[in-house]
Parts: sequence; structure tokens; C-alpha cells
Amino acid sequence: MGAAVEYPAPAKVVEVSDLVAHFGSRLILKGVSLDVREGEIMVIMGGSGSGKSTLLRHILGLERRTSGTIRLLGEDTSTLNARQMSDLRKKIGVAFQGGALFSSMSVGDNIMLPLHEHTDLDPTTMEIMARLKLEVVDLAGFENLMPAELSGGMTKRAAFARAIIMDPRILFCDEPSAGLDPVVASALDDLILRLRGALGMTIVVVTHEVESACKIADRMTLLDNGEVLFTGTVDEVRAHPSERIQNLLNRRAETDTIDPDEYLRRLTGEDVDGGRV
Amino acid sequence: MTAGDHGPLTRLAAGVGRRTVAAVEIFGVYGALLGGSLYWLVAGPRQRQPVRLGSVILQMMEIGVRAIPIIATMAATIGVMLAIQGIHTLKLFGAESRVVIGIALSVTREFAPLITGIIIAGRSGSALAARLGTMTINQEIDALDAMGVNPVRFLVAPALFAMIIMVPALTIFSDLVALFAAGVFVGVDLGISMAAYIDQTIEILNTDHVMHGLSKSAIFAVLIALIGVANGASVSGGAEGVGRVTTRAVVQSISAIVVTDMAFAFLVTR
Repeated sequence: MGAAVEYPAPAKVVEVSDLVAHFGSRLILKGVSLDVREGEIMVIMGGSGSGKSTLLRHILGLERRTSGTIRLLGEDTSTLNARQMSDLRKKIGVAFQGGALFSSMSVGDNIMLPLHEHTDLDPTTMEIMARLKLEVVDLAGFENLMPAELSGGMTKRAAFARAIIMDPRILFCDEPSAGLDPVVASALDDLILRLRGALGMTIVVVTHEVESACKIADRMTLLDNGEVLFTGTVDEVRAHPSERIQNLLNRRAETDTIDPDEYLRRLTGEDVDGGRV
Repeated sequence: MTAGDHGPLTRLAAGVGRRTVAAVEIFGVYGALLGGSLYWLVAGPRQRQPVRLGSVILQMMEIGVRAIPIIATMAATIGVMLAIQGIHTLKLFGAESRVVIGIALSVTREFAPLITGIIIAGRSGSALAARLGTMTINQEIDALDAMGVNPVRFLVAPALFAMIIMVPALTIFSDLVALFAAGVFVGVDLGISMAAYIDQTIEILNTDHVMHGLSKSAIFAVLIALIGVANGASVSGGAEGVGRVTTRAVVQSISAIVVTDMAFAFLVTR
């Protein structure tokens, strides 16, 4: 996989090397290595069962790895104690797939929670900051609604607002466009691009949506069956001769043309594995 | 030796072993939750991550104050039931007037803590398991972790401390309600005046009797909270899973309450 990159290399903010992970006795990640550089949008792409979500959970320190190292902002996460880990996590933001907003709190309280927990700011300042972030994600005026009152797209945007409230250095997004219609999904892609443009943060996106990945990625890492197939820019990925990679890329295009069986499979949630031809 | 060589005895032994390990593991989880909560209570402020008083008070409202009507109803019913049974039984010996002793002791030592514990287990233990379960499934626990907020400090500790404060408080309340309701029945049935009933009750009861009930109720509180949280956090399988862990939490905490009640009574009266 070292073949890819001719970038002028800014600092690496995420470094994963030889990560091996099991779920029970099942081997999920088979020695994954990956670097993310400061200021770039890195898309980790793969079908379901490829291990991409597991990889994200490991990078975030939510799972225990079998072997390998993960460095976040230069720090080896396996050597940190709980307090150091908590300090490190203040510098990252995560937008989870379903939003993971706390259902008992209003949107505004959700967004202010990290500020409440980690800062001594006065309530007025926190409210202003929350409104500011809501403006960024186009949800101004929605702070008093409860999460249950939001649509799918709004929930994701609120989750983004919460993820960026502490002005993190790295923003992780888990399947930002999953479950959304194409128009809303595309608006979220634009939001991700805007966030990077406006706030200059490094963004790591995990997705199975090829179109979205190609639109936002500076670089992509293709994951299949727990292994990294390739890491490179969108053009490099598109031009790659490997059949496996082209299958992974074109699957989406094929399913977008009318294929009732695939459509049904997608509806019933059997989704992507069938795509490997 | 292959798997096929295992006889029924070996399989039985393996099964017992597995269950024993699982049971030890569960106690480990309870210990970690309890230890973690105490740790955050003591060390949280120094790390600028205190257990929020506001959250504890909110939980106290939910667990305690909102349970007052049902606790009052059940305690009054238990009080009257004890009076009826007591009078009926003592009538056999012509000693109905001694019923006040029976009521005073059984209410404070046994029935008030037990009924309070069981109601709180059904009401708040289940709610705790359902809330933690739903939050786990919605990745809200992961979100807390990922934003550097310890879930034990943020969710478990407030519920646990609210429980430890409110279950004994509600037990005192149900002591009073049950004794009063029994007094009303005794007054009507045997013609003993309320003043005389209260006098007798106060004469019979000492700190030991009341503390026996209250100490038990504090243990019940810890059991309800830990069992609720541990079940909620162990959820798998979506909404159905939440239903399953909620039911399990209620059944386990009521069983734990009854068994602990017996063990406590046995140990303390030795």
C-alpha cells in the first residue's frame, strides 16, 4: 500500500500501523495501516463487513485491539491512562452514524454538553457558541427542539454541531450520508467540505457511498475484508488497474442503474457483500 | 481428547464452570461500577470532572419524589394487611391487643424496606436498565466516551447516589404510612385510640429496629442501581434487546432484594 502518495507531507495526526482486531474469535482487521495528515479529508471506504466501522472504533479508543499501534495527534493511545485519554478526546470530535444525540436533552443542551463538562465558560457564552455552531450546520433556531423532533438529516447536522463545539483538531464522521436521500446526503458532503474550509480541521470519514467519497476525499483508503486494498487520491483510486478495486468502485454505479434484485437486497439490509463479483 | 470424548459428567462440570466464571464476572462488573462511582465522587472534583449535584437531584426526583404516591398506597395496604392478619391470628389466643407489637416490628424491620425496594426495583431499576440499554444501542454511551466524558461518572454515579439517598428516605416514609394505616384499622377494629396506639408503638420501637430496616434498604438501593446499570449496558439486539434486559433487571433485582433480606436478617440476628 506504500505505493500511493506524493503529497508534501504535513504532520500525521492519525497513524495506525499493523492493527489487528478480533470480535470474539472472529478476525476483523488483518494488520491495517493508515496515516491521516493534518488538514486533509481522508475517506475510509468499504462495504459492510469490510471492517471500516471497527477500524474507526479502534481509532477512537472504544475497542481493545489485539495488536498494532494507534497514534492520535502523535500520542500512542495504548500508553495513555484514562485521564490522558480523556484529555486527548477533547481535541477530537465524532459525529456518529445515527447522531447519538442524548434523547433526554434538547438539541442546544446536546451541543453544549462538551462545554459543560470540559470548560468553565459561563452559560451565556456556551449558548452563543452553540448557536454559532448551529449556524455553521444550517440549524439556526433549532436549539430548543428535542432530538426526536428532528429529521434524519437534521439529526446528523446537529451531531456535527456537537462534534465541532470544542473546535477539535480532528473530526471523525461515521457514515454521514447513510440513511439519507441523495439531496440531503449531498448537502452533508458540502457541509463536510465547508467545515474543512472554514475551520481547517482534519476530517476522517467512514463511508460505503462511493459517490460521496469521491466528492469529498483528498485521499481514500479502500478497505475490504479487514485489509487495506489501496490508499491514494481519488484520481489514483479511479485509475488503479486492480480488478478488486474497480469492482468496489463500480458496484455503486451498477446498483444505481435499475437492478431490482440489488435494490430489494439493499432494502432488506443485505446490502453490499453481494457486490464482489 | 476430542470433543466427542466428553461424557455427560465432563459436560456438566464444564457447564458449572462456565456459569461460575460468568457469575464471578458479573460480580466484577458490579464491583467496578460501585468502585468507579465512589472514585468519581471523591476524585472527580480534583480532575475537574465532578459528579454533578444537579444530575443527582434530578434522579432523586425521578426515583424518589415521583414514587411517593405508589409507595404510600402500597405501604398503607401492607399496614392494614398486617393489622388484619395480626388481629386474626392473635384472636386464637385472645391476645388481639398485642397486635401493635407485631405491626411495629414487622413494618419497620421487614415490610417497609421490602415493599419500598420491590417498588423501586420495578419502577426505577427497570427505567435505569431501559435508559442505559437504549443509550448503548443509540451509541450515546460511545458518544460520551468519545467526547472524554466518563459514562460511569455521568450516568451511573448520579443514579446510584440518588438511589442510596432515596430508598432509605422512602423506607422511612413507608414506615410512617404503614404504621399510621395499621393504627387506623386497629383503632376501628379493636377500639384502641390513635394516641394509645402511637404511644405503644413508640415504646416498642427502638433505634435498632428502625436501623435494621434502613440499613437493608440502603443495600437494596445499591443492588437495584447496579443490577439495572449492568443489565442495561449489556444490551444487544435492538429494541427487543432493551425489553429483554429491562425484564431481566427487574427479576434479578427483586430476587436479589429478597435473598439479601433473608441473609441480612439471619446475620444481624445472630
